[in-house]
Amino acid sequence: MCPLCGWDVLVSYLICGTLHSVDQYLNIKLTDISVTDPEKYPHMLSVKNCFIRGSVVRYVQLPADEVDTQLLQDAARKEALQQKQ
Amino acid sequence: MRFTSRPKMNYMPGTASLIEDIDKKHLVLLRDGRTLIGFLRSIDQFANLVLQQTVERIHVGKRYGDIPRGIFIVRGENVVLLGEIDLEKESDTSLQQVCIEDILEEQRLQQQSRQEAEKTKHLALKERGLVMPRSDIMDEYGVQHQY
Repeated sequence: MCPLCGWDVLVSYLICGTLHSVDQYLNIKLTDISVTDPEKYPHMLSVKNCFIRGSVVRYVQLPADEVDTQLLQDAARKEALQQKQ
Repeated sequence: MRFTSRPKMNYMPGTASLIEDIDKKHLVLLRDGRTLIGFLRSIDQFANLVLQQTVERIHVGKRYGDIPRGIFIVRGENVVLLGEIDLEKESDTSLQQVCIEDILEEQRLQQQSRQEAEKTKHLALKERGLVMPRSDIMDEYGVQHQY
């Protein structure tokens, strides 16, 4: 199961919610969503859970305190070295 | 319409599957800014959707109007978002439903004023030597588009 599930994320500065699941295309399923600007997007008032197609997502904001940046950097560095070889 | 309850099976654990959403009422946001509401009947790996009893909902401010559309097959690449409609929440929204003709007229006026504002802005930028790329409806909040 993906380690990020259960975190609160903000997708494309538009929709905030709890990450339920992700798949290989980075399609996102969120639960308990809230829209950052409900006046601009009134249609989401009666929607609690949603599925967002991965191809339209530009940013996903993760809670800063949940991310261990050192660990992430080391892992990314290792991955890059492995790819080079 | 299914009248028997289906056991909750997880076909692919950890995947953002739409299987559980079948036969439920959904709101679909398309890349061209349209909103469709209907019962999700079929899906596939590209997020191609089949919607039944579909209604195209047009929102202008706090008012909306519905155009009945029947059965829709939506190509996955045009889908931005698919949201399950909570039937309880649906009944107590502050939005007011109006007839189709009224909402279409309001939409036309809204598009008109938006286009005029866009035109003056574009002209002002052009005079200063800047050319703005054509931005699409869903682009403002960083939702990607290709046209």
